[in-house]
Amino acid sequence: MTFPEQMITISAVSVGTLLTRFLPFLVFPAGKPTPEYIQYLGKVLAPAVFSLLIVYCLKDVSWLEGSHGIPEILGIAVIAALHLWKRQMLLSIAGGTIFLYAARAICLCGVICLRATGSCKIR
Amino acid sequence: MLDRFRNMGVKKPYLIYGMCDETFSINYTARIPNGVNQGWFMFWVTLLNQLYWVSGAILGGIFGSFVRINTKGLGFAMTAMFVVIFMEQWMKEKNHWSSLIGFAVTGGSLAIFGSENFIVPSMVLILGTLSVLRKPLERMGVE
Repeated sequence: MTFPEQMITISAVSVGTLLTRFLPFLVFPAGKPTPEYIQYLGKVLAPAVFSLLIVYCLKDVSWLEGSHGIPEILGIAVIAALHLWKRQMLLSIAGGTIFLYAARAICLCGVICLRATGSCKIR
Repeated sequence: MLDRFRNMGVKKPYLIYGMCDETFSINYTARIPNGVNQGWFMFWVTLLNQLYWVSGAILGGIFGSFVRINTKGLGFAMTAMFVVIFMEQWMKEKNHWSSLIGFAVTGGSLAIFGSENFIVPSMVLILGTLSVLRKPLERMGVE
């Protein structure tokens, strides 16, 4: 990309992002009561979107081969357990991440060992 | 957020401007304690998140090419954050239909459209499903 092309791209992305953020507030100004349908969406959309974001984070996990997503599932289980136990956001996030890091390392070692002994069923 | 930002005065444009995914997630789910000013709470969440984004991106841009350690597992921190936020939401909500619809629809469209372009169909389908199910969901009392 040339410099002008970079400038245009960045401007377009900026304007697009700003538009998505300001548009709802411009369409439904503070002075007027928000329509009931929009209020309903405001209540029900967020939980569905949090589900969407979790699926999005896991979109590249290979469920049918390799590790079968086992490290990720265990990682989420650790996060859930930590969060139910202490309900400290940072602890749950850090604990889950460290666990996954370790789990992947162990998984990798396991696969290498299995391959070395010739009994590896995981590709 | 339309109602939450209603009386934010001069802070309002900045709160809207700085509302990235992470800031929205925190400001939407946080239980702000009594005695803490709602506006300043959300303002600082937004500002600090923006500072972390910008400084993180600058540091990444400068030093990223020197880092040779495996950072693959660190991406899971984002998954972890959304899982925690999801759990907070789950514990707060009166029924779980919307959360479950979100999983079902997004999972389905991931299977159909593939990991590269399932987000937009998912959003449209979530909007459609929730709109169609408005009457029954409202009867059950969504929160």
